[in-house]
Amino acid sequence: MTNDKKTLTDQVPSIYPVKTKIQVTIIFFVVLAMYLTSMIWTQSQMAGGFTGALGNMFNVMKNFFPPNPEVISAVIGPMLETIQMAIIATTVAAILTVPLALLAARNVTTFKPLYYITRTFLNILRTIPDLVLAVIFVGLFGIGLFPGILALIIFSLGILAKLISETIESVDMDPMEAMRASGGNVFQTISYALIPQVLPQYVSLVLYVFEINIRASVVLGLVGAGGIGLILNQQLQFYNYPNAMMIIIIIFVVVIVIEYISTKIREALI
Amino acid sequence: MENFELPPKPKNSVWKRIRNIGIAIVVIAIYVWTFVSIDIEWGRAMERAANNFQRVIPQLFSPDWSATGKVALSMLETVFIAFAGSLMAAIIAVPLAFLAARNMMGGVVVSTIGKWILSAVRAFPDVILAILFVVAVGPNAFAGVLAIAIGSTGMLGKMFSEIIEGIDMNVIEAMQASGANRIQILFYGVMPQIIPEFLSYAIYRFEVDVRASSILGIVGAGGIGTLIIFASNNRNWSEMGMILLAIIIVVTVIDFASARIRRKIV
Repeated sequence: MTNDKKTLTDQVPSIYPVKTKIQVTIIFFVVLAMYLTSMIWTQSQMAGGFTGALGNMFNVMKNFFPPNPEVISAVIGPMLETIQMAIIATTVAAILTVPLALLAARNVTTFKPLYYITRTFLNILRTIPDLVLAVIFVGLFGIGLFPGILALIIFSLGILAKLISETIESVDMDPMEAMRASGGNVFQTISYALIPQVLPQYVSLVLYVFEINIRASVVLGLVGAGGIGLILNQQLQFYNYPNAMMIIIIIFVVVIVIEYISTKIREALI
Repeated sequence: MENFELPPKPKNSVWKRIRNIGIAIVVIAIYVWTFVSIDIEWGRAMERAANNFQRVIPQLFSPDWSATGKVALSMLETVFIAFAGSLMAAIIAVPLAFLAARNMMGGVVVSTIGKWILSAVRAFPDVILAILFVVAVGPNAFAGVLAIAIGSTGMLGKMFSEIIEGIDMNVIEAMQASGANRIQILFYGVMPQIIPEFLSYAIYRFEVDVRASSILGIVGAGGIGTLIIFASNNRNWSEMGMILLAIIIVVTVIDFASARIRRKIV
């Protein structure tokens, strides 16, 4: 009886073919090797090594506590300024994105080279991180709000145009075809067959990008591009850790509240 | 010809109209507040731009090729930071995701707590985390690894928990009915359903993390950001051009490779 059972399990072939198993093993070891290389590389300049740093971490973290609540009143102004930066940047990006998204949608832009050029342009735009844009614009326009807003606009334009062009590509094409067949021109087709379909998605994505912008704008000040990050940077440079912690907590609360509101609105929209 | 009448338009209820007017007022108020109280200092910015334009823009587009070796090395460090960080995050995120998934640990309370932890972690911008870790472990690349690891855990944990919530529960039920214990259900019922999508999201997150880790050096957490801050302090815009070029190329290549791998997995 037991003998039979044993032969039965022996005969059952493995679910995965041998080739897959070898592949998975190789991939596993490659990933592991890369991980070990990364860990050794990144810890090489660290004094005291990994364990030393972790032991030290708690001692240093103690400096951050308790947060100093007296800075709240001084920080509210810059925090509001940060939010305003995000609002302006999101608005401008939301307007500029419309033509770009239309050009980057395969089903609207039937002229192929134009579509590919826009796509490539947007892809390159999206590879540049927000803070790098801010560094460049601060170099160009000097310290202030304007380079920050400009960096946010360019940064969110890349994301927004891509997301919206994907939304446009996934719409129901029948109404557009019907409009074209009955003699509607490009603008009529867009305004009567396309806009009603993408408008809720558009608003939702704009709010989503607004969330991203809020999170991006709080750190822009670190490179001199305005907002609350500027004050955070100052406090850190003076080793004023309790104040810095309070600012970080305020940022945290504002980000969570805005994300919560925006998520609720987006849930109601779709 | 018969006369066709269009069906009457559905009437907006009073409540809906009041709501729409309310929304409009709030939106307009926000914009008025924004544009009235913000001070952009156009004059100064434009004046500076007029002075700097000739110095910055042409140099930015003529990259300093002599810096190639230095830039490539930092870019490699950036990729290492992203890799180590996102792999750590992918591992930490798994237990948190099981905690946050409604159909796994049982109990709404546990899942709500898990979700709160994940959204709290998500709310911290990567750079802020990097600042904290730079203070904690010193200004080196490992601070960047930790910042990326914690920052990505929030997003990956949320995605993972959504994947777990979306699995086919019939399989689990069948296994329970035939007497499998929890470990067996996990290995034969849950894992095969979630692994491809988990991998796909982890790779996607690596893609995002390469972008994120390229700026961490601005606060001292290693990678190419260190060079960015040097170049900007020295007004060395042609080196900045080289750095930009390196970021664009590496990020594009990794995006492309990751998209290919993900298409194969799922």
